[in-house]
Amino acid sequence: MQPFTTLSAIAAPLPMANVDTDKIIPARFLKTIARTGLGKHLFAALRYDEAGAERGDFVLNREPWRHAGILIAHENFGCGSSREHAPWALLDFGIRCVIAPDFADIFFNNCFKNGILPIALPRAVCDALMEDARLGANARLTVDLARQVVVRPNGEEIGFAVDPFRKHLLLNGLDDIGQTLEHQAAIDAFEAARSGAVTVPPLPQP
Amino acid sequence: MAAPRTLFDKIWDSHVVERLPDGTAILYIDRHLIHEVTSPQAFEGLRAAGRRVRRPEATLAVADHNVPTSDRRSGIAEAESRIQVETLERNVADFGVPYVPLLDPRQGIVHIIGPELGASLPGMTIVCGDSHTSTHGALGALAFGIGTSEVEHVLATQTLLQKPAKNMLVRIDGRPGPGVTAKDMILAVIGRIGTAGGTGHVIEYAGAAVRALDMAGRMTMCNMSIEAGARAGLVAPDETTFAWIEGRPFAPKGEDFARARSYWQTLPSDPGAAYDREVVLDAAALAPMVSWGTSPEAVVPITGSVPDPALEPDPARRAQMERMLAYMALTPGQKLAGTPVDVVFIGSCTNGRIEDLRAAAAVLDGRRIAPGVRGLVVPGSGLVKRAAEAEGLDEIFRAAGFEWREAGCSMCLGMNEDKLRPGQRCAATSNRNFEGRQGPGGRTHLLSPAMAAAAAVAGRLADVRELA
Ligand code: SF4
Repeated sequence: MQPFTTLSAIAAPLPMANVDTDKIIPARFLKTIARTGLGKHLFAALRYDEAGAERGDFVLNREPWRHAGILIAHENFGCGSSREHAPWALLDFGIRCVIAPDFADIFFNNCFKNGILPIALPRAVCDALMEDARLGANARLTVDLARQVVVRPNGEEIGFAVDPFRKHLLLNGLDDIGQTLEHQAAIDAFEAARSGAVTVPPLPQP
Repeated sequence: MAAPRTLFDKIWDSHVVERLPDGTAILYIDRHLIHEVTSPQAFEGLRAAGRRVRRPEATLAVADHNVPTSDRRSGIAEAESRIQVETLERNVADFGVPYVPLLDPRQGIVHIIGPELGASLPGMTIVCGDSHTSTHGALGALAFGIGTSEVEHVLATQTLLQKPAKNMLVRIDGRPGPGVTAKDMILAVIGRIGTAGGTGHVIEYAGAAVRALDMAGRMTMCNMSIEAGARAGLVAPDETTFAWIEGRPFAPKGEDFARARSYWQTLPSDPGAAYDREVVLDAAALAPMVSWGTSPEAVVPITGSVPDPALEPDPARRAQMERMLAYMALTPGQKLAGTPVDVVFIGSCTNGRIEDLRAAAAVLDGRRIAPGVRGLVVPGSGLVKRAAEAEGLDEIFRAAGFEWREAGCSMCLGMNEDKLRPGQRCAATSNRNFEGRQGPGGRTHLLSPAMAAAAAVAGRLADVRELA
């Protein structure tokens, strides 16, 4: 996983609440067995018309936001299904940070596991950043994870909270599995103590 | 004396392998369900790292999301779907994971077959790369959806890194009137608390109306917990639960069952256990519900009308309502009843069980689907399909003009060929009405199986209680 340290990028404004994962990537694009290549289907229904042509008015089809690295949205971003294709599509498009007032749980977790930083900030702050984002190329936002601040184009710094464990993994590009396997002895012991429990019968092998 | 604990607290506490300094727990997972769409990249990750599946015998795989629901003995015609199913088959073979093959009569939607086969049991931690894993909470198990990275994590370690959730109690008192089902109750709950109302919480459903539900109804409620933003839903196990489990193929047998049962009886929340949030509804005050928008919280009783965005003070909400109405081609103040439908879909992990098919068939018996309306019945599993055929329900559906299909997710999410065409309006027993969910441009109205049957007969959204 690519480490996340400091990101300075164009931010795309998406002033919508309840952006669900079907909207981020519709189900018909989930028939892949790879993690990459989904960026072209990101927000497919919003980005393309029935004939498959780009809708000129959608923010990610416009300069300079088609090069956005940050997305700013409204409440309950990422609700709906657990599909990790949603963060994969964002990442493949080039988005490495989503800022919104709040996020749906599963999507929020999935972001961290793919090197995307979800930042929850109060609605008023999001609206201010949304205004910055509307200015486009002259108004890059900078996200400094180590210092936990978003730097506005005018230099103002906005602090944000992040789970320390998640921060550590993101900064160093570490995956969870390697971390957990360091606790293998504890897992072995837990499993040994439960083996044979009638409440968790093993399933028949194929 | 120890502080009183909730059902969630008890299951959580008994599965914590280790608590990390920041409060994250390494949580042991008892059952891991797998399907073709969210697992390929997880197995690919295992291979790349040279890891094995830690406990294949705790894992169960099935293909459901994109499988055709027409006759499939000749294989899957659509190449991408076929590759996904073949990839699953290769992965389960390579890693020794128990698998229910596509042509096995037990194949079906993962959330239907887990409980049906007795693979999902009370007190367990159960995960699956699918948000509707919350369904299994109806048995009194802590069951929740995970992403593909977490699927890989569970395969490799049989654990997950989790922060404890908050406890929320949804108590539904009283007795629902005729025509009011578990689906109507959960839609009413979501309408009340909103799609983010349960965020960060596990919802425990309680109260007389929930206790009176059969297991199918409890599964319908828990299934849609995720639509209320909750991580999981739970119903305390009771005699209804135990009677339903006993005799299922993978459930404990004989003395083991008796021992398991006495453990399960310790699971319900202790008297006086505290919840972070409580919501109370009166079942007697509910009517059959139907959604009008593209979010599951956008619901009204079938006796109600489409709300008017002009009356919404919050500009962001007003804009969302306007967008929803434009997409759904509805006008403010319009009565929901009487809205013409093109398609009726009966199935999904929300309402694809035998009890759901019985409820729909009871309405359709001796009646015909309205001219021009397409009706699909997609049983939740092969066993549900067989049971329905043994009872003659398939005959009722066919005689009414419905298509009688093979088990799978089908038109719930339109990943296979069962899709709405742009502009088509569908009365659906599934759980999501997002834009394009059932096919690009398709319009979904969520409702119960009996209400779906009533819509089929009337050719329009209709109050099942008024069907002459
Ligand atoms: S039936 Fe629908 S909601 Fe249920 S698992 Fe399948 S696609 Fe998901």
